[in-house]
Amino acid sequence: MKPMLSCAALALVSLLATSAFAETVKILSIEPNVTSGREFYADAAKAFEAANPGVTIQFDYLDDTSFKSKLPTLLQSSTRPDAFYTWTGGVFHEQADAGVLKDISGELDSEFKATLAPIGLDAMTYKGKTYGVPMYAASVTLWYNKDLTDKAGVDPAKIKTWDDFLSAVKVIKAAGITPIIVGGKGKWPLAFYYGYLITRIVGTDGIVAANTGVGGGFASDNFVRAGAEFKRLTDLQPFQSGFMDTDNNKALGLFGDGKGAFELMGNFIVGTQRKNSTSGQGIAPDKLGFIPFPAVAGGRGNAADTFGGVNGWLVTKNASPLTVKWLKFLVNKENQEKSASLGLWLPIVKGTQSAIPDPGIRGVAELLTQAPHHQLYLDQAFGASVGSALNDAAAELATGDVDAKSAAAKVEDARQLR
Amino acid sequence: MTQRPPHSITRMWRDGKLTTIVLFLPPAVVLFTVFVIWPILDAAHLSFFKWSGYGAVTNFVGVKNYSVLVANPIFHQSLLNSIKLILASIFLQIPLALALALLIYRKTSVNTAFRLIFFAPYILAEIATGLIWSFVFDGDYGITAQATAALGTDPIYVLADKHFAFLAIITVIVWKYFGYHMMIFIAALQAVSTDLLEAAEIDGARTWQTIIYVKLPLIMHAVKLSIFFAIVGALQVFDIIIPMTNGGPSNSTHSIVSYLYTFGLAQLNVGYGSAVGVVLFVLCITSAFSYKRLVMDGRARR
Repeated sequence: MKPMLSCAALALVSLLATSAFAETVKILSIEPNVTSGREFYADAAKAFEAANPGVTIQFDYLDDTSFKSKLPTLLQSSTRPDAFYTWTGGVFHEQADAGVLKDISGELDSEFKATLAPIGLDAMTYKGKTYGVPMYAASVTLWYNKDLTDKAGVDPAKIKTWDDFLSAVKVIKAAGITPIIVGGKGKWPLAFYYGYLITRIVGTDGIVAANTGVGGGFASDNFVRAGAEFKRLTDLQPFQSGFMDTDNNKALGLFGDGKGAFELMGNFIVGTQRKNSTSGQGIAPDKLGFIPFPAVAGGRGNAADTFGGVNGWLVTKNASPLTVKWLKFLVNKENQEKSASLGLWLPIVKGTQSAIPDPGIRGVAELLTQAPHHQLYLDQAFGASVGSALNDAAAELATGDVDAKSAAAKVEDARQLR
Repeated sequence: MTQRPPHSITRMWRDGKLTTIVLFLPPAVVLFTVFVIWPILDAAHLSFFKWSGYGAVTNFVGVKNYSVLVANPIFHQSLLNSIKLILASIFLQIPLALALALLIYRKTSVNTAFRLIFFAPYILAEIATGLIWSFVFDGDYGITAQATAALGTDPIYVLADKHFAFLAIITVIVWKYFGYHMMIFIAALQAVSTDLLEAAEIDGARTWQTIIYVKLPLIMHAVKLSIFFAIVGALQVFDIIIPMTNGGPSNSTHSIVSYLYTFGLAQLNVGYGSAVGVVLFVLCITSAFSYKRLVMDGRARR
């Protein structure tokens, strides 16, 4: 009897021990667009597991579209991940309102918060509660191919205002060079122009107000003006021919192949224009430059404001208590410097920007740290339906199917339906 | 009912019919109810709500989803595109399939080779077809680019042009599915009795007379069935459009299904998407049943 009892006791103890220590933290992410991104996560997970015996960090990857469409069902089921990738903005707010997220404000000490750039933590906070940890930012600037601008006799550094930019486009076109490469098929690359003009003309505060319907919402005069300014550009027919059948990957390749002088794109263009170009070399690093998006005369926005994304991880309801610990580890200075040195993204932890090897990306990161506001991509800030209406409006302005007034009205219609 | 003897259940039990029903009916009924009837009713229910997929379904909006749908110009365009597809299927695809079937229905080795070639597009996965053709139409790197370069003309961007993009999609769909209809016709033509054809020949009928007065009437049931498949298939076109144009440029090339996907699912307007789904369901059901009643059953009665 006795040996059997002790056996049972041993079994019980070992059972308790495993359940106490064998903890799995499940993370759901989108497929990183470079393999080094996946390796970075795997290495970080390994390091965390080594420091915390018994803990397993499990990464699951989905492509963008399936991720977005599966998330609502997944988050409301019992098999939800502990934390998941987020673009922040309207969709995040909806998730928070639905009660599927965990308020982790209490678990983030001020010491940790002080390491993060304010724009990062702001993006993870909704109605005064913080639901996640930011990891990186993306920022859009106007990139140019120095060979082509030199050939046309344009000095991009002198482009300070929107009118300067329009005249540069005219000069480049007259020189027989395609002024701008854009991936119109995806619509959002066109919406970068529209969105940046809105940021400059309406201003970040104005955008927040319009999103709640103040002053005619998105149909106000300033929004119409942003559309009209965009139309001034598209009327010059600045894009490569067939731009509406060019998806963004192809556009990056065309730019890398030297088929056009400018492309308005996020910092990730540096790697992707190389990867997607026919030769695999892209534009030589010293021939690839960027300028901030030009100012617009009479605009209410600050000309130093940037436009782009903030990405990170949201913690779900009933997540394992270790989730926050892991996320804090993932965005500690060491890991942020490592990801910065790999050139993966613009790190969100202060003082890690200098680890970025590429001078172009480092320049964008510095611009971002000096920006008074970082406007989130409008299609993400406004949520799916208004966001797509805005992208549609930008595409139809570019093809000349609508005028600025009805473009703004369409976006406002979508806002009222939301 | 009245004719049935009172002890019918006992008799069914004795000859084993009851056992069969008890054993085999529930799985079919349960599966059909759970995976067909219930989702349809659920979609109909959701179409009266505004719901993003998160939280409880509480925001009742009445028929607003439907009124927005009726007034939406992109939906009109999608509907028109689906009608264009139906017409192209009936008036281009089926005559083409019929003509080819008449040419190669006889069993010879050359005909078998041709049958294989014409049927090949149908075997390809839709997504693969869409991707292949988007490369064909690509004005920068695709076959179109090589053709325009060889001819020394300006590059043509078929899928970027509102006027030609949908024409390109119709071409691809006709190309992809004519082989399927051709196979139906070949099977029907091979079943036509040679006695009748020989009789026609002895009576001095010319080739075209044999086709119009003998072969066509005898395979009419297959043609009607083909048209039925073409209509239902055209209403459901989706996976060719997404890789080719993704509904663009300017949302001009959506079918009803790709419209549903883009504006209902991708934007997480579940209620609105359900309303589109209900409209699509009603369209499919009415066209299928009325076609069956008016054309297919009408023939059978005569």
